[in-house]
Amino acid sequence: MGNRCAVIGVGQTRYTTKRRDVSIAGLVREAALRALEDAGLTFKDIDAVVVGKAPDLFEGVMMPEAYLADALGAAGKPMMRVHTAGSVGGSTALVGASLVQGGVHDRVLVVAFEKQSESNATWALSTHLPFNASLVVGAGGYFAPHIREYMRRTGAPDHIGTLVAVKDRLNALKNPYAHLRIPGIDRAMVESTPMLWEPIRYLETCPSSDGACAMVLASEPAVTGTPAWLHGTAMRSEPIFRAGRDTVNPQGGKDCAADVYRQAGVTDPRRQIDVAEVYVPFSWYEPMWLENLGFAAEGEGWKLTESGATALDGDIPWNASGGVLSSNPIGASGLIRFAEAALQVRGMAGEHQVDGARLALGHAYGGGAQFFAMWIVGRERP
Amino acid sequence: MRDVAIVAFAQTRHTGHDSGLSEPELILPVIEEVKERTGLRRFGFTCSGSCDYLAGAPFSFVSALDALGAWPPISESHVEMDGAWALYEAWVRLQHGDVDTALVYGFGKSSLGDLRSVMTLQLDPYYLAPLGLDQVSFAALQAAAVRADRAELDAIVRRSRAAGRDNPYALDLPDELTDDVGVAPSRASDVAPSRASDIEPLRASDVAPITDGAAAVVLAAGDAVAELCARPAHIRGIAHRIEPHYLGMRDLARSVSAADAARAAGVGKGPVEVAELHTQFAHEEIILRRALELPADTVVNPSGGPLAANPVMAAGLIRIGEAARRIHDGTASRTVGHAAGGPCLQHNLVTVLEA
Repeated sequence: MGNRCAVIGVGQTRYTTKRRDVSIAGLVREAALRALEDAGLTFKDIDAVVVGKAPDLFEGVMMPEAYLADALGAAGKPMMRVHTAGSVGGSTALVGASLVQGGVHDRVLVVAFEKQSESNATWALSTHLPFNASLVVGAGGYFAPHIREYMRRTGAPDHIGTLVAVKDRLNALKNPYAHLRIPGIDRAMVESTPMLWEPIRYLETCPSSDGACAMVLASEPAVTGTPAWLHGTAMRSEPIFRAGRDTVNPQGGKDCAADVYRQAGVTDPRRQIDVAEVYVPFSWYEPMWLENLGFAAEGEGWKLTESGATALDGDIPWNASGGVLSSNPIGASGLIRFAEAALQVRGMAGEHQVDGARLALGHAYGGGAQFFAMWIVGRERP
Repeated sequence: MRDVAIVAFAQTRHTGHDSGLSEPELILPVIEEVKERTGLRRFGFTCSGSCDYLAGAPFSFVSALDALGAWPPISESHVEMDGAWALYEAWVRLQHGDVDTALVYGFGKSSLGDLRSVMTLQLDPYYLAPLGLDQVSFAALQAAAVRADRAELDAIVRRSRAAGRDNPYALDLPDELTDDVGVAPSRASDVAPSRASDIEPLRASDVAPITDGAAAVVLAAGDAVAELCARPAHIRGIAHRIEPHYLGMRDLARSVSAADAARAAGVGKGPVEVAELHTQFAHEEIILRRALELPADTVVNPSGGPLAANPVMAAGLIRIGEAARRIHDGTASRTVGHAAGGPCLQHNLVTVLEA
């Protein structure tokens, strides 16, 4: 894992459908300045900048980091651009952390964003190369069959997805940055919304958000303010078209979790981890990832969700921030998970703070459930 | 820093046209070649560089993963940048000390679209891209700022093409320089003809050709270096810097970021026998030679450089690979590889390799 690294600043924009008042540059700068303010630093204190976002086809700006160099104070510094599909926000944090862990830099600014109001994600995700079959209409069309297979394997009752949709939106009401803040959200409301991709209803999907998230990462000697220490970092990828790959419970996710748990000394995630921010873009991915990440035995994830264990007042809160289901600036969604995990162990999560959180998991996945990025952050120095 | 070396390099026989191979088909042979050369089937880390806009579809790197045979799942990441930056990310990862090998690759098929106008989309989407300035036009602004002698530029192109004709991986471009303005030699039919005044002072031959291709590099650290390569190319320094995006905020005749990166990488700490420069336009060689303060006796782009083969997103990685190859084959003991990104050399990476 290399040298010690800590999150010393977190900045988020309020997530919303349309940020008409700012350009893309204005959006990322807002998050970056908030992260710097949190760390008590300025752009001058930053050695390198790492930018992440989902496909360039979204906003139609090719390699936008070139254009964003000025707004992010990167001129004269090294700048990198990460793209690993939906997991990119998580990967961006890990690439930034790697620069510190490798002893190359002392302070790195990582920023991820999406301005969905200036893009059309479902269109961009549905294009395909010549002579390749396009199998999907957007991400929901791709993932719905995997969810149905999960339900078939486990015999999970139909309402589990609804429970997650309600739980995450209740959490969002406590998060001032969350996009979907729906007063009176309940099961009846979720169940009254249209079916988009069987079994995913409208309110069981993530919204399309504008937003950016930023973090300042520091080496041990460069720490300012309240650090969240990195206890483990891991990435895993697997091929999308490998025959025999389990798309419902992917090996890459299991291996990535095993790697990050080993580094952090976690043998029983349910007991040892206090709060998890996990990439759940469709409600059913909570029980699916509960199993994939070892919080529940195979086939038992939905029971954990049903028991209320993953609620804010449960024994293992998942997505106390409201998660991807409540805010989804796609390229930033993974970084937000990592940042919210850091906020929790820094004790700075505000109304959605999990009392006494000492160890937190940040998780992101992408592509055809084939790219995984995770970290574990803790209040104590490892 | 931990000693990291380039222990293998492979590239495709680049083509100036779409050969019908998909991106995974382009990558597979070069991955297999570096695996065979090192005897490695698994790597501690894998990183690639590519650009969705060349294919016109999202996630160009997703299907590339199928070419790797990434099973069991691998520790892997991707930059939407030239493969040279994937190499940088892998070099950083090897600094952690827990893994000793890394696979790096870059690939691109610029034959599929109109590269010149695709590159317009890299500009500020609010103030610059709507002006419709294409890649050749903004390069022409830089060429004008350099005020290079036409004979010098033509000599650079002729030398590069001659070297390219001797390089089995590069294109076979003629010694005779055409005056068709704004037309890349290999895909003349694809580029709308421009009037001479549109892109003054560039000649068509000053512009790197449209090229499809891929390249792969294996990095090693620790004991693996000596085990995998008889003459490893040790990375003695590697650094990159970006500049402001707006062309009006830069002195286009100079490259401050290339100069800074060269200093940080330690180019001037010793002789430079060979420098492989990511020159997508002839005048960029003049700017980069000055920025890197290369001695007069340094041989620039003996491979022919991008003016002889420019597979976008791999061309920078190939410069580093070619610089390493001179050390692998014993013909040089200290070389420099350079990669660039962004309009008018906005972003520059420099690495110093030693035997």
